[in-house]
Parts: sequence; structure tokens; C-alpha cells
Amino acid sequence: MQMNNFFAGLCFVFGAIAVSSTQASPDIQSWETRQGTRVFFIENQLLPMVDVRIVFDAAGSRDGGLPGLAMLTNGLLAEGAAGKSAQQVAESFESVGAGFDNDSLRDMAYVGVRTLTREQYMSTAISSLADVLVQPDFPDDAFERELARMKVALEARKQSPSSIAEEAFFKAVYGDHPYAQPAGGTEQSLGQMTLQDVKDFYQQYYVASNAIVAIVGAVDRAQAETIVNTIFKDLPAGEKPAALPAVAELGEAETIKIDFPSKQSHIYVGQPGMRRNDEDFFKLYVANHPFGGSGFSSRLVETIREERGLAYSVSSYFSPMREKGPFLMSLQTRADQTDEALSLLQSELSTYVEKGPERDELDKSISNITGSFPLGLDSNSKLLGSLAMMAFYDLPQDYLDTYIENIRKVDRNDVRDALNRRIGVDNMVTVIVGNGG
Amino acid sequence: MRIYMILVALATLVIGLILFVFVADKPSYDENAEAGVRSMQLKNGMKVIVQENRRAPVVVTQVWYKVGGSYERDGITGVSHVLEHMMFKGTEEVPAGKFSEIIAAHGGKENAFTSKDYTAYFQRISNDHLELCLELEADRMKNLLLEEDEFLKEIEVVKEERRLRTDDKPTALTYERFNATAFVNNPYRKPIIGWMEDLDTMEIDDLREWYQAWYAPNNATLVVVGDVRAAEVFSLAKKHFGPLRPADVPTLKPRREVEQHGIKRVAVKAPARVPYLVMGYKVPVLKTAEQKDDVYALELLSGLLDGGNSSRFSKNLIRGSQIATSVGSSYSLYSLHDSLFTISAIPSNGASIDQLETAIIGQIKALQQEPPSQQELDRVKAQVVAASVFEQDSSFYQAMKIGIMETVGLGWETKDEYVERINAVTAEEVQQVARKYFVEDQLTVAELVPQSNELQASIENDVTSGAGDANE
Repeated sequence: MQMNNFFAGLCFVFGAIAVSSTQASPDIQSWETRQGTRVFFIENQLLPMVDVRIVFDAAGSRDGGLPGLAMLTNGLLAEGAAGKSAQQVAESFESVGAGFDNDSLRDMAYVGVRTLTREQYMSTAISSLADVLVQPDFPDDAFERELARMKVALEARKQSPSSIAEEAFFKAVYGDHPYAQPAGGTEQSLGQMTLQDVKDFYQQYYVASNAIVAIVGAVDRAQAETIVNTIFKDLPAGEKPAALPAVAELGEAETIKIDFPSKQSHIYVGQPGMRRNDEDFFKLYVANHPFGGSGFSSRLVETIREERGLAYSVSSYFSPMREKGPFLMSLQTRADQTDEALSLLQSELSTYVEKGPERDELDKSISNITGSFPLGLDSNSKLLGSLAMMAFYDLPQDYLDTYIENIRKVDRNDVRDALNRRIGVDNMVTVIVGNGG
Repeated sequence: MRIYMILVALATLVIGLILFVFVADKPSYDENAEAGVRSMQLKNGMKVIVQENRRAPVVVTQVWYKVGGSYERDGITGVSHVLEHMMFKGTEEVPAGKFSEIIAAHGGKENAFTSKDYTAYFQRISNDHLELCLELEADRMKNLLLEEDEFLKEIEVVKEERRLRTDDKPTALTYERFNATAFVNNPYRKPIIGWMEDLDTMEIDDLREWYQAWYAPNNATLVVVGDVRAAEVFSLAKKHFGPLRPADVPTLKPRREVEQHGIKRVAVKAPARVPYLVMGYKVPVLKTAEQKDDVYALELLSGLLDGGNSSRFSKNLIRGSQIATSVGSSYSLYSLHDSLFTISAIPSNGASIDQLETAIIGQIKALQQEPPSQQELDRVKAQVVAASVFEQDSSFYQAMKIGIMETVGLGWETKDEYVERINAVTAEEVQQVARKYFVEDQLTVAELVPQSNELQASIENDVTSGAGDANE
């Protein structure tokens, strides 16, 4: 086996992927319901199952003055609905083997179900999902219980150095912006939240004009439309909430040190990064890849882990959101190595922003991103996630078809230019949690 | 990355050189194999198992070795996992770091994981690069350099991993001490990642010895799932792994756990704010059980307690008495050695660990006193049947199941019995296994005792205007 064989092999990669990418891109159907809900659908008859996910702009960024409200509301949907108790709701899904799924993040709050497509099973699962979404009862005892569980989760976050670091990081990076608040709530907000707050939040945000739908599985178009109509027929159209405010750039650097009795220091360094619809999306995504986004091939792993053994996990990423999600570099290292690791992070970033990637580094990254594209679409779960993301962020229907082309367009000048415009190396928020802090 | 994984998710379900190159190995097709699984054995003893799956033009390759934490002796705990890290540190042909670089340049993703009973290496890649993966894996199966300078850096990475995953995580620390308390001579007593002192004193020779002992084709299984042709995989496997010489692999001593003569308890004090309880009963697994039916009954029982939001734990402990904020059960029926039926829980605010333990025992007693209703049983079975379809959505997961069952010596065919065996479990059998195994003398209880006074965080905020000096 010779090394040069591998790199000779590389030449074929481009050709091979160019062919398979067109085959790999799934056929996406899209339509809008009468109430203005956008639906993305992929028919896949290989397995007798279907996934349905309904996403609302009803997550942490809509918490207002009560962080945690969106998460609590989302969590209470299945705790009693259409006159059925939480137990009855759970039994209605699970007696047909269906899995109810829900979560509330910073941008997206969703409910969904994975079910077999056998007639009786699927109709039971879909009508149970409709009950949960359209007729939640928000029982008093469920409210008290779930609120109490969120308070325990809050306590658990306080014993985790990574949770403490993340919270401090978001607070410092986002200031007055809704993204600053922890989606799981704070002691204060959980202390003053009422059931009425939950009901009001639900009324305002769980409405058809604020929803998108993603469906993947063994149903045809007509069945998919029936599913959507069953779920949405009694959900009010309501109104789309006002756009989130733009994220302000940081005016200065800030360092936050939090003393914590852990053996490692957790180091987070970053600033506001990019939007999901950012005009620099592909440039910044490609730019980060060789730096800290490609695992073992990245500069950060090479310098900090492979050459010096300073950390197990070190990476950087842009987390694209409706408004600018964070650009974040992070690692954990034994407390007495904190300064060394931090200054390596900083010097690596400065050098990279100044000079950009080497030609060879960029070529390999583009080859990895385009070559691994089919890996992100090889299951219903992954397709569902992609569809939901595309529909929620108003991406074009041909987003996946044009993805590889958009990645390949990015050249070294684009990367250097984007890094220069978008990464302010002198305005970073640095959070250190641990005894090295 | 270079994941050290316990794989809880699955557990709850679920040559010297050129000797044989041109000798044709004969594939032994099982014509009746379900779900398109085909297997063969190379002449050097390596097993090759393929499941064709045409849904996307990609392939998962996994090489499984019969070695892991439970193979280790005292003093070198963690050596399997450290060796897993070192497997990326170079051969003559492919120097340190190049393995990952080559796979990445071909659009692949790769990593590895170490568990109690196995170590596995995997790639996910476009199906036209299957041969590349096999070529690279065959190379490092026998030609690893294991250089001291690389080891000295990597052992520090592993220690950071231990700090991150165990030492600074109070629940993980509690779980580690729980296992160490439950078992006397069963090897599951030891943590997969190893005791810190063993990592501190590990030497490159420990790794060389371990690699020589266990890394051989006759101790490995290649699993390939994806858009490939089985015949082509067999021929490529022969080409690349076929020339590798088999080795005399050590025989494991049984180390069957000595009889437990009464309940065991351990407290773990750590900087934390939330109490945590782990309880475990000694149970057999599929590999060790005299009565295989018992194992499937225990698996179904785990579903009754913890299978979804309608399960007994959710119904009675989270919603009903509201004594738990979270509670779950876990049972790894595909382990190599006798294992534990484990229940872990966090009390709700105001409830004590003692009350929580009593409430959990109450749920166990209810199962012992009365068989579950048919409706309840049917619900768990419906979930199992559905899950057997849902899991086909993930090629990686399918490959994992084949790899685990083959590596612990059950044979991959065992996976196809699962649904049928679960469906055959009766309410009375559930009651019987609850009575037989959930007895106090076989119980171990660990409790995390939070030391919240050590967590008075102090925040120091330093806003620095301008450039350059933000790091103080």
C-alpha cells in the first residue's frame, strides 16, 4: 500500500461524487396549506414507517421575560390532551409502537411522531399527535410537576462545568438579545412562572401560520396531505410572531472566570457568528472546516491534542441560527494547563484569520464536505432533520441539490475575505470555568 | 471522538505476511439468512459479515476485536481503550494521523469505540471507497508502530478524557463506584477507561503486549452494511485481510462472580447539587443463562418499567407519587459475562434517596406479587415490534448489532430471534424472573451524596477594551 495511491485516488473522488450526488439528492415535494403552513415531504417506500415533525417558532428565543417558558410549554403538550390523561396519551402512542418526540431549543420547538404505516397504527398515532398539538389540557398538577422537574434540571446544570461555561458564554455574547437566556430557565423565572403564562404562550405561538411540517416515509403525496390536514384542521391560523432583533456585534473583549472545583478547566471562546440564511453561510462553513470543524484533520486538534496532548476534545464551529448564532471554540484541559491551552487557541485563530487556509487544506476540506454529503442523507431521521431545517429557515427547495455546487464555489480568497470581515479576533468573549479560572 | 462508549442505548434493546493471498477461501452462504445477511470465514479465521442495504450510495464498515475492558487484569485497566487511541498513530505505510486524513479526504467519517467486551473501528463512506477502508484496516491490524513518543502524548489525551467523562461528572463517578462495589471478581468491576493510577503508570510495552495478544484476524470480525454486493466485499476482504497470519489468542479465564451474601451499599461524596441513586441486581445474560427464557423475560420486564412514557416508572414514580424527577432501567442482555439489571434515578426536590429507594423496591414488589396485565404486556411487545422496523433506518445500528452479537460469541443470527422471543414471554414468566432475581441479597445500591458547599461558584468578570490583552 502506497500513500500516493491514496492521493491518486483523490482525483477520482470528484468525478464519482459529481455523479452520485445527483442520484443521492432526494426528491423533495413542497406545498403550502390553506392556513399558510409550509410542508416539505420525501416519499420513501423502503421501510413501512413514517416520520412527521411539526416545528414552531416557539422556542427559547420567544421566552420574553420568562426564560424556560417555551420549554415548559412544549413539555406539557403531551401531559394531558383532549380530555385524556398523560397516561392515556402515552398509551395511545405506545400501544401502536409509535414514538412521540418533542423538544424546545433556542429557535425551534417541535412535536412529532415516528410510526409504522400500517393503517390502524398510523391513524392512531396521527390522531394522538393532533390531540397533543391542538387540544392540550395543561392540567394544574402536570404544570407543578414539570416545573419542579425543570428546577431539578437547573440544579443539575449548576454541577456541570460545561453547562456553567455555556450559560455564561451565551449571556456575555448576547447581552440583551433573547439568545442570551438559558432555554431551561433561571431560578428567578422558574420561581415566578404560572400556568396562565403557559396557556398564553401556547395560544400565541402554537398556531398554523407559525409552523412548518416535515414528513419522510412510506406514504404517498395524498396520504401526506391527509396527515397534514388531520393535524392542522383545528389549529387556528394565528399570526406569525415579529422577527427577532438582530444580534449586536461585541464592542470589546471580555473574559469571565468562574471558580469551580473540577479537575479540568472548561474554556469557551467566541462571539456572534452567522445566520442560517447568511450570505456568507457557505464561505464561513468552509472556512471553519479546516480550522476546527473537521475533527482529526483540523488545525485545533492537531495543535492542541495531537502535538501536545492538552485536551481530549477541542473544536470550533459556527452554529447557524435565525439570527446570528455563535462562533465558538472550546476545549477542556487539566487546570494547570489552562493558560497554555488558551493562548494556543488564540494564536491559532489569529494566524488563521490573518492568513487563511493553505491551498491543500482547503482542497481537502472541500473534498471532505462534498464527499460526505450523502452520509448526511442516508436515513429517514437525517432526511427529516434536513427537511425541517430547510422549511423552518425558509431555505429554497433546491438547497440540497445545489449544496455541493455552493461548497465548491468557495475559494481561498472567499475564505480569507469572509474570515476578515466576520471574525473579530480582538472582540472575543472568553469563559473559563475551573480552578485555573 | 475516539469514543469510549458504554453504549447504553444498545444495551437496553437491545499472519505473517503472505500466506493465503491466492488461495480461494470458500464462502459459506446461508441460503436461508434473513434480511440479506451473508457471512463467510477467511482461512485465517477472520469472520466477514455483510448486510446489503441499497437505500443510499454509502457503506458502513466496522472491524470488531474480541477485546475490551473485561479482558483486562488489575494494574493495566484501560489498556484496551488506550490501544484504540494508538491505532490512529501510524504504521510503516500510513504514518500517525494519516489514517484519519485519508478517510476525510475521501469524504468519509471514521472513529472507534471501546466497551467492556469489544473494541471496534468504523468508517462511513461513499460506497466506491469500500476497498480503501479495508486496505487501511488490514494494515493496522498487524503493522501498528506503537512508538513511545506518540504514546506519551496520547496517554495524556486519555487522562483528559477520564477527567472529562468521569472525574468531573458526579453521576459517572457514582456509576463507576457502583460497578466496583457490585462485583468482586467479575471483570465488569473495572472501568473501561481505566483507573487513573493505571493510566499514570501505563507503559508502551503494556500496549505492545496487548496488541500482540489480541489483534489478529482470527480474533476479529469485519461487518459491512450498505450499498455493496456481498460477493464483492468477500473478495476484497480476502484480498486485504486474507494474507494476515492468525495468532494464538489467549484463552480468557471465566471469572464468574462469586456468590453475593447480602445487600451492598456505597456512598459517593462529590461536588454536586443533585442526589443520584443507582441500584443493581445480579442477573444472567444470553451468553451465560441456563434458561434463555429468563433473559428475554428480564428484557421485557425492563420495558414494563421503563419503556416509554406509559411505563410503570413514568406512571407511578414520576407522575403518580412524584417521588422521582427521572428514573430508568437498563439491562445488557448481549454481554459476555453475567451482568446487572440496573435502575438509576434522581429524586424530586424534597424526596430523600431513602424514600426513592423504597418506592423503587415497591415497584419491584408489585411485579413479584402480581403478573402484569395482558394489555400492558401487549404494549411493550408493540413497541418492540415497531422498534425492529425503526432500527432498520440506521445502517450503523444494524452493523453494531451484528458486531456485538458476533463478538460476544452469540452469532449474528441471534438478532433475528429477538422479536419472536420477546413476543413469546408470558405475564407469569415476568413475575417469575422478578421473584427469582430481584432479591435483596443480590442487590447493590450506590448513592451520590452531593457536597454542594464545595460548589459556591465565584465569578470574576474582566472586560477589556481594545485589542490583544483579553486573556488575563
